Amino acid sequence: MNWPPNNKVLYGTLLIVAVLAPILFPNYQAQMAYMWLMVVLAMTWDIQGGQMGYNSFGNIIFFGIGMYTTAVVQRAMFFNFDDYEQTAGTLHAITASDYVTSLVVGGAGSAILCVIVAVVLGSAVLGLRGHYFAICTLGLGIAAGEIAGGIDFIGAGSGMVTPVFPDGLGEKGLFFYIIFFTLAVLCHFTLKKLYAGRFGLTLNAIRDDEDKAEAMGLRTTRYKSVAWAVSAFFLGIAGGAMGNLIGYIDPIDTAFAGSTFGVWMVLMAILGGKGTIWGPVIGAIIFHITQELLWTLLFGWQRVALGAIIVAIVVFFPQGIMGFIRDRWPHLMGQTVDKSLTADKSKEGAA
Amino acid sequence: MSTPMLTVDKVSKSFGGVVANTNISIEVPENKIIGLIGPNGSGKTTLFNSIVGYHPLDSGSIKFLGEEISELMVPQIARRGLLRTFQQTRIYGKMNCVKNMLISVPDKNTGLSDMFRGHDSEELDKAEDLLEFVGLYSKRNLLAGDLSFGQQKLLEFAMALMNEPKLLLLDEPTAGINPTLINGLIDRLKTANERLGVTLLVIEHNMRVIMNLAEHIYCLAHGELLAEGTPDQIQKDQRVIDAYLGAH
Repeated sequence: MNWPPNNKVLYGTLLIVAVLAPILFPNYQAQMAYMWLMVVLAMTWDIQGGQMGYNSFGNIIFFGIGMYTTAVVQRAMFFNFDDYEQTAGTLHAITASDYVTSLVVGGAGSAILCVIVAVVLGSAVLGLRGHYFAICTLGLGIAAGEIAGGIDFIGAGSGMVTPVFPDGLGEKGLFFYIIFFTLAVLCHFTLKKLYAGRFGLTLNAIRDDEDKAEAMGLRTTRYKSVAWAVSAFFLGIAGGAMGNLIGYIDPIDTAFAGSTFGVWMVLMAILGGKGTIWGPVIGAIIFHITQELLWTLLFGWQRVALGAIIVAIVVFFPQGIMGFIRDRWPHLMGQTVDKSLTADKSKEGAA
Repeated sequence: MSTPMLTVDKVSKSFGGVVANTNISIEVPENKIIGLIGPNGSGKTTLFNSIVGYHPLDSGSIKFLGEEISELMVPQIARRGLLRTFQQTRIYGKMNCVKNMLISVPDKNTGLSDMFRGHDSEELDKAEDLLEFVGLYSKRNLLAGDLSFGQQKLLEFAMALMNEPKLLLLDEPTAGINPTLINGLIDRLKTANERLGVTLLVIEHNMRVIMNLAEHIYCLAHGELLAEGTPDQIQKDQRVIDAYLGAH
């Protein structure tokens, strides 16, 4: 918790870098937008996987639901359903202000729906523990993609297109860079606040010994559901924006993309160090840059190289980067060791 | 005499073919320290588990403060002020001692705002006071998992006190603790009982400890209640001596 030692300097530097990056590298704006999306994915996964000790492979559900919800809301606001189905893509572009409004309304709708789904689904599956929970959520993620592929209202297997990005909002990449960066910042400070209090401690207690937490009278199920809802809230919004950035929603490859985003969010959190506030952020940034470099340098072999990296991470960095630092230099992470055997509270108070 | 705080009435529990408890009845009056002894496998921990709701009873009833609790779940019973510690000590290993204490504050309110709140200085103060009470103040910033077994036992005891229980069930509080520290622990248990008003029901194998501590002792053997009485009566009871020496 005491790391980094000086928050103002750190946050200031990060803000300057985040503002300058899209200006200095205008060709990579969309790539950097994806990077902040990755940060959000890793941070929200870490709520379950890191802080709570529940390895969820189903968080992608909320990403997909958010993506579809935002697209459906946008369609309902400006287009006739039949026209949209038949002539998708060639329809009139909506105005800039309408577009922004629809994104906001869609994002809010996505967030609300995802929270509801998380609470309902959570009350059913969060009673499972360990491997059972992991497998169950994996199944849910796959099922969600298959189900979405069978619903005509959202384009079934042929997917959905999102409204064309309008003129008047500047570069599309920059627009989404701002959205995802803002979302990442909001997510970071929300989690920071939650982890600092009773909520974070309860999640940690559940991770360390859930039976003990129950024996101490903690309402573990309620905390687990709310934690999942917090993840779902941010994932829903992120999914909605992501659908608009890509422009096309495939039920299995983009919305409920368990084999890509669904796995990556886990990896990024593990790489950076799960259960820490900065680990997922660092992990996501490193992972995204590495992945982009592989795509460029080893085209054709990028998935193989990615697989090798995944193996290396799990074998050599099971604790992640922050975990490694914590083990090596515990005092940096606030785990101080008081060597004085005579430490005495009343005496210290008087001194 | 007023009604006892905890009444266990003819409780039976078996696991498959193994009968762990048969028709056991005990009473724990308020503000007393009651002992529970018996050879290994005599059903003491099963009785504890039954009381705090870990498994359903085969038959019998358990009343806490006049309320039937045998149908309630573990956390519900804990929130009513009936808490237990574990024979195999359980603490939150990856959190430091202070955090272990802070999370042991009773989970009374239910609103979202309460879930998302921080820790006030009173809680922190109380946590540190209790850590000092059990002699772990100098270790407060260490990860609980890095403490020795005996220290973890002390921490678990402090965590239980942080939860402000009315009745605390201690499962072998002195097992694994350095003999020279045991006297200190007896004092602390007595202090918790007298000053904090916590009623105690203690499982213990160390006869010197339990005879010093408890005012009334129940002895189990083979899942049945063998004898009960004051420490003196228990010590002189031939059935108890036989049970411990394996005479039957």
